[in-house]
Amino acid sequence: MNAVNVSKLRDIVRARRFFALVRKETFQLLRDPSSILIAFVLPVILLFLFGYGVSLDTGRTRIGLVIEEQTPLADDLSASFKGSRYFDVLEGRDRRNFDAKLVSGEIRGIIIIPARFASDFAARVNPEIQVIVDGSDTNTASFVQNYAQGVVASWVAIRSVEAGAQEGGSTSPISVEQRFWFNQELTSRFFLVPGSIAIVMTLVGTLLTSLVIAREWERGTMEAMMATPVTSAELLMGKILPYFVLGILSMTLCVIIAVFLFSVPFRGSILALYLLSAAFLVPALGQGLLISAATKNQFLASQLALISAFLPAFLLSGFLFEINSMPVAIQWITFIVPARYLIPSLQTLFLAGDIWPMFLKAMAVMLFIGSIFFILAARSTRKRID
Amino acid sequence: MWWTRLKALIIKELLAVLRDPKSRTILIVPPIIQLLVFSYAATLEVRNVDILVLNRDSGHWSEELIKRIEGSPTFRSFSHTQDQSRVQDSISNQAVIAALEIGSTFSRDIEAGRPATVQIILDGRKSNASQIVAGYLSQIVGRLSLETPSGMKTQNTMINVVPRNWFNPNLDFQWFMVPNLIASIAMLIGLIVTALSIARERELGTFDQLIVSPLRTHEIVIGKLIPPMMIGIFHMTMYLLAAIFLFQIPFRGSLIYLYGGGIIYLAAIVGIGLFISALSKTQQQAILGAFLFIVPAILLSGFATPIENMPQWLQPITLINPLRYFLVIIKGLFLKDIGPFEVLHQTIPLALIAVVTLSAAAWLFRRRLE
Repeated sequence: MNAVNVSKLRDIVRARRFFALVRKETFQLLRDPSSILIAFVLPVILLFLFGYGVSLDTGRTRIGLVIEEQTPLADDLSASFKGSRYFDVLEGRDRRNFDAKLVSGEIRGIIIIPARFASDFAARVNPEIQVIVDGSDTNTASFVQNYAQGVVASWVAIRSVEAGAQEGGSTSPISVEQRFWFNQELTSRFFLVPGSIAIVMTLVGTLLTSLVIAREWERGTMEAMMATPVTSAELLMGKILPYFVLGILSMTLCVIIAVFLFSVPFRGSILALYLLSAAFLVPALGQGLLISAATKNQFLASQLALISAFLPAFLLSGFLFEINSMPVAIQWITFIVPARYLIPSLQTLFLAGDIWPMFLKAMAVMLFIGSIFFILAARSTRKRID
Repeated sequence: MWWTRLKALIIKELLAVLRDPKSRTILIVPPIIQLLVFSYAATLEVRNVDILVLNRDSGHWSEELIKRIEGSPTFRSFSHTQDQSRVQDSISNQAVIAALEIGSTFSRDIEAGRPATVQIILDGRKSNASQIVAGYLSQIVGRLSLETPSGMKTQNTMINVVPRNWFNPNLDFQWFMVPNLIASIAMLIGLIVTALSIARERELGTFDQLIVSPLRTHEIVIGKLIPPMMIGIFHMTMYLLAAIFLFQIPFRGSLIYLYGGGIIYLAAIVGIGLFISALSKTQQQAILGAFLFIVPAILLSGFATPIENMPQWLQPITLINPLRYFLVIIKGLFLKDIGPFEVLHQTIPLALIAVVTLSAAAWLFRRRLE
């Protein structure tokens, strides 16, 4: 009975010690306005930019349209270009007027309806239209090409329908019916917003955590803590718990903005959202701890966090770029990027709903990566005391 | 006299960053790795596409269509199914990005000259990639449709749209990506190195010593300005060599313009870094402050989306973004061989940003003193 009491007492002391530690860390966290800035202001800015400014949907692109010979047919086609919602058309007679504008980036492409267009069209000898694009911006270049092709194709289709009465011909013999599931209108905001939530949690979990703890190493307060009866596991847990909570709060803010301000649909369950986020914060925080323990210096920690967490979350996670399209060696690297598992799950959660097999697999992998980070971090922390 | 003082400060600043072997490594190795990894990874081209085919037709035309898709280098793996529910599952679980459905009357419709349809179901969660895949598939179908009996008849009225890509004939994505990355990574490193410089001294208490030294305020600013610029120029040179010799990207413009514009760009970056640094009390604030600038700066630079496509009210904000101007310079010099006038046109705003931020930083130092 005595033994039971002692062990109970020890538990109470331990719990108190732990809560004292967590309280200290929380105060420290709240005192510095920069952590609030990164956890609450940056997410808002990021979501606003993705919500309003930066979408991958191109709006109207400015192009030059050269009609070398004014004919009713050329005018008809040029009206199609001017009516397109993808183009802002500047009209001219001579290509040379536009060349310099294309170099300076004032226009993104030049479309040329050549002098022989009408006569070739009448003679049915495959009339030509030229599309010159600025290849230095490859995305915009292919957009201009594709949309120009689209405008021409639909113009041909309309003309042949008009002429169809006598010819008996219709539009294309085989038509393609496209259906985009989960995001019918292909709003890029809908997949950018879930992705940016992962970025924000990476910043809070890895960058902020690694900085704070690296500072403690720099100042020697970490060693001071280690001299106390606190075990190193308690110490690490006490350090990261407030950041875990901060990460969850920051994610909640993002979701509220995404759903209520940008009307991104949320088709999954709140439970799945929090489980996935919690599972993601494990490797994110573990990485932050590991970085700080390995560098013990704020400058190095910030650089490492940037290189190993922030940029991969942006570029190697499938957020902006397809992982399947990357070279195989780089695809292998993506396997250790935790955001790679979170982002598809979040996109699914928002746009498709709960698909548990996918979520569970993602959570298992994230927890696995996280536990490796924690083991490594605990090791390099222990080594330091010897 | 003033030069000796300044030189001492510059050497001290360089040592502060370069003395520690870990810091030296982190300034050299990761940027190179970043350039390598990200130039290969960051592609909007879509390759190795997995696709599911549900073919209910047993005729010649569906077979031909599938053969053509299989022959296209874009597609990696094909799975066939007769089960509608597998289509649903494969797309939902992201096992495939697209599913192609061919109805049972496909070949008969074509032979009879009736309009035939194929259906493509795509994963809208990846709206970009799936749009590109839809484009590829439509092209293949379009070409096939010209060979059908009714397609043959209309063939001569088809209009050939002849594309010509200036500056980048094959629309090679790396030609676009690498110059963009050079400018962005240079900003990333320059800004963090500088933002930390004063904050670190303040945290360690050495900033007061610097201020009571015989150095004048503008000398301190210059002394803090030059070392990160030297590091930045070193980086740019490294990247430039990698871009030209490793990625084989043509450099068509003048190196003098590039370095001229680059120096002013770095001065603007360092100015912003010093300004952030002067505002912050701790290194943590400085780094996070730098981040608060970097993320929007990259998104609002015209790197990923053209500035003219952003909403009207947002466009004026991009005017204070140094990356915006330097992207035009570096992409222009790499691919377009732009002339001195265009370079100058972009450099003037950079110089203005540099002057404003550096004076603001100097003013803040002095004010902190009182």
